[in-house]
Amino acid sequence: MTERMLIGTMINERLYGILLDSFWKILLPGLKVTIPLTVISFSLAMVIAVAMALIQFANVRVLKQLARFYIWVIRGTPLLVQLYVIFFGLPKVGIVLDPFPSAVIVFSLNEGAYGAEIIRAALEAVPKGQMEAGYCVGMSYLQIMRRIVLPQALRTAFPSLSNSLIAMVKDTSLAANITVTEMFMATQRIVARTYEPLALYCEVGLIYLMFSTVLTRLQHIGEKKLSFYVSSK
Amino acid sequence: MLEITGIKKNFGDLQVLKGVDLKVEKGDVVAILGPSGSGKTTFLRCINFLETTDQGTMVFDGESFDMSRVSRKDMARIRRKTAFVFQNFNLFLNKTALENVTEGLIVARKIPRAQAEETGRRALDKVGLSDRWNYYPHQLSGGQQQRVAIARALATDPEIIFFDEPTSALDPELIGEVLEVMRELAQEGMTMLVVTHEMNFARNVSTRVIFMEHGNVVEEGSSREFFENPKTERTREFLRMVSG
Repeated sequence: MTERMLIGTMINERLYGILLDSFWKILLPGLKVTIPLTVISFSLAMVIAVAMALIQFANVRVLKQLARFYIWVIRGTPLLVQLYVIFFGLPKVGIVLDPFPSAVIVFSLNEGAYGAEIIRAALEAVPKGQMEAGYCVGMSYLQIMRRIVLPQALRTAFPSLSNSLIAMVKDTSLAANITVTEMFMATQRIVARTYEPLALYCEVGLIYLMFSTVLTRLQHIGEKKLSFYVSSK
Repeated sequence: MLEITGIKKNFGDLQVLKGVDLKVEKGDVVAILGPSGSGKTTFLRCINFLETTDQGTMVFDGESFDMSRVSRKDMARIRRKTAFVFQNFNLFLNKTALENVTEGLIVARKIPRAQAEETGRRALDKVGLSDRWNYYPHQLSGGQQQRVAIARALATDPEIIFFDEPTSALDPELIGEVLEVMRELAQEGMTMLVVTHEMNFARNVSTRVIFMEHGNVVEEGSSREFFENPKTERTREFLRMVSG
């Protein structure tokens, strides 16, 4: 064996060791921080989104203006700026929040605005006759929304919302900027210690890909389930 | 039972209803005829508050209402005693045939599920679709969907059923099955108000005919009188056109 090959093997073994060792060190914050952050934020975002969409769809006067304003501000400013305002900015006026809750607030408000538009469009795509038929069998507005219109709208909105969920998993990496130790920050720390940026950033990328792949599978299953009334027997 | 006086309705500058009157007694089958754009569908939709009305009064079951300002509560109350069959069926797309029929019973009238389902099955049986109870609308033909819609109307035991061109969206070979169901209902004494282009139905099934044009009632009378001895030149012309 030449000297050169020997060095090469040693390097590969070292790198292999680092990658293997860091896999768990990256995955663990993924499971403990990235996933909870995504799940909590996205759930809150959906509550906000449905409420904002309904307010607009039902044309509730003052509330509608407020909803439009909220969506306008959130969609018109970068997510990163929003994180900085909440985490680094608010302490200036005496509101000090921990990194994780700050991230939850920003991600749910941010996704809430985009989700609201997706759901509003889906509500408007439900044929008007569904509402009229509901009235004619004696149902109230809220009963029709809950039992007829919203379920149909959610089916339409589901692929776009799944898309947003997958995007959010990846966007949580921005929380590293406000010192949330999620997967990306964990990776950065290992890179600082080992100086293997290419291998380690690719590794964390693969773990994100893993998460996204699982979600994509779930999306397909969800779409099938929601389409029970349009697929053939 | 139902009396409408002086309905007026504008869409912007266009006056679609110029003061239409109507009186329906229990057991009447009234056909509303007229060329497209005569306002007959708008008239029917106004009666069930699917369109706002600019002016007009309604007496229903002895109660009088100003149609231009009916409260939501009164609307819901009147609607629970009536039923509406749409041109495009408007079955609830996310519900099975049976669920379509029971939805108004369980949700709006708080009837226990078991009892509602029994009523629903009977209604579906009446329109000849008891074997399709668990089919979703998209799995049914247009004629079947419209029959489910009629079952949905029947299940709530309405005092009157409004039909808005119930066969206009159907393939020609599917029209017969829907008309047959309507004919049976008429024979059983159901009160019906039917906007239609089906002259045979108007002539043979309906008891009275209203002929509308440009937002006005041109002629009104018993269906025999209307078809055999029309009073106005416009009606004669219309009948010549549709029979020719």
